[in-house]
Amino acid sequence: MSNEIAPQSSNETELTDKADEQAAVKAKLKAEYKELAIQGLWKNNPGLVQLLGLCPLLAVTSTVTNALGLGLATLLVIICSNATVSAIRHWVPKEIRIPIFVLIIAAFVTCVQLLMNAFTYGIYQSLGIFLPLIVTNCAIIGRAEAYASKNPVKQSAFDGLMMGLGFAIILLLLGVIREILGQGTLFDGANLLFGEWASVLRIEVMQLDSQFLLAILPPGAFIAMGILIALKNAIDNYIKNKKVVDTEQVIERVRVNFDS
Amino acid sequence: MAFWIASSPHNHNHTKTPNLMRLVMYATLPGVLAQWYFFGWGNLIHISLAMATALICEFTVLSLRKKPISHELFDGSALLAALLIGICLPALAPWWISVIGTIFAIVIAKQLYGGLGHNPFNPAMAGYVMLLVSFPLQMTLWQPPLSLVAVDLNFTNTLYTILTGFSVEGYSVEQIRTSIDGLTMATPLDTLKTNTSLGLTVFESIKNPIFGDNFALGWEWINAGFLLGGLFLIAKKAIPWQTPISFLLSLFICSFIGYSLSPDSSASTMFHWFSGATMLGAFFILTDPVSGATSNKGRIIVGLLAGLLVYLIRTAGGYPDGVAFAVLLCNMSAPLIDQYTRPRTYGHLKGDK
Repeated sequence: MSNEIAPQSSNETELTDKADEQAAVKAKLKAEYKELAIQGLWKNNPGLVQLLGLCPLLAVTSTVTNALGLGLATLLVIICSNATVSAIRHWVPKEIRIPIFVLIIAAFVTCVQLLMNAFTYGIYQSLGIFLPLIVTNCAIIGRAEAYASKNPVKQSAFDGLMMGLGFAIILLLLGVIREILGQGTLFDGANLLFGEWASVLRIEVMQLDSQFLLAILPPGAFIAMGILIALKNAIDNYIKNKKVVDTEQVIERVRVNFDS
Repeated sequence: MAFWIASSPHNHNHTKTPNLMRLVMYATLPGVLAQWYFFGWGNLIHISLAMATALICEFTVLSLRKKPISHELFDGSALLAALLIGICLPALAPWWISVIGTIFAIVIAKQLYGGLGHNPFNPAMAGYVMLLVSFPLQMTLWQPPLSLVAVDLNFTNTLYTILTGFSVEGYSVEQIRTSIDGLTMATPLDTLKTNTSLGLTVFESIKNPIFGDNFALGWEWINAGFLLGGLFLIAKKAIPWQTPISFLLSLFICSFIGYSLSPDSSASTMFHWFSGATMLGAFFILTDPVSGATSNKGRIIVGLLAGLLVYLIRTAGGYPDGVAFAVLLCNMSAPLIDQYTRPRTYGHLKGDK
């Protein structure tokens, strides 16, 4: 737009204009990616802020291995479904978009389920019903509806990656807390997910005479989740307070200059 | 001359929280003494451990929340919660049981919800249920009354057992609980439950020495002690009479119906009254002014509900005693019950807003 209005004095300026425009587009894209990453990992984290997919989040995080297995499966499904939904977004009639999204997600979940059945049978068994239930994970369909159906493929896939990572990190954190409190170990049964070599990953954090059942049972997941959310809010408040102090200082300096 | 008009209530009650809490603590004395007489020093040790933990937790959280420490630390509510936890625990449970239970009760069930007056659940019972769910093995380490124990459990021996899990002579808690003829002894409620599920009649099971001559050896006197303390509290108007009376009545009616329908498989009404934590629950736990119902009608309903729940859990549930679970369930329903039993405002018609 600006190019059409601006007087075309020479070819050189036009070239630099184009270069500027390209740089601006690039910067804009970069900013968008950065925003996507911040949204997915922190500000709009599916686990901590949107509180979507709570059922698998609370049910399978009793050990790190389970949490990691479900986190990876969800990550894979959300990237693929976001990319596909975004690729076909121009041909999907608005009225029946939700069934189509669900079909796409279900197809990918079936792929992931069959893959895990084939290669990581142990973790497939310990995840049980929660693996096929990824289809109903609101975080995935939420991203398909809210972002992927309106944006290009690349950004959608990146958004899926960041949202999936944000979800997987919360799963892992909960898994770490609950496994240490419940059994005193870390990566117990990692060989189920990664193969035989991973059994060396098992760490004995503390020696417990008896399991702390509360941490392993669902109530412990709720309590740990509540504490994580409180921690996130506390960090946000801390940052906000700090920013307020900063701006106040800036205003003071201006006043001093004005007076002098 | 200014005519100063104060709003109601005109009749002030100068009782402060610490005074009330202290009164309730004194009222538990008969029960605690009976517990000491029949089960030894274990519960007193657990009470002191729990109280120390409660004070430390309360101090830490209050300083983190930037609250007036000296004012809230000694209001006695944390000490009372710790006292109740200590009374509820099996006498020979390991020391970390009371520490973890008290930390959960004070930090999570009380302070994280906003401190005294804001907790939806009774902290002591929340801590106790957490322990019961998390450490089923340690929480069933009930020893039989001292007269049935072969090992001499004096103060040092009990302390040593709580701290290490073995008595000075080297007996494990499991061995201390075992009677001379090699049978592990549990609480009367537990024994009755197991025996009934094995097909024995109540009449056959109560020949076990654990039941003593009356209802439950030792336990009947502990319950009588708490009953005495509770009546003292009612006389002092520290607790409302509606809750305990309706609770005991409800438990009586439920067990009477059960007993008259099938006397072989259900325990007598008085066994239900004088075993387990019935009297402690009726007078000291259900009457918690914070987590219970506040209207008189609501208190009666809560008591009836709790009695029914205790009877159902004792006879049909998975745990031998159900007072703690019943109390938590009643705490959950108390706001709803209050909502529907709001008393009529003076001067308004019934149903008038």
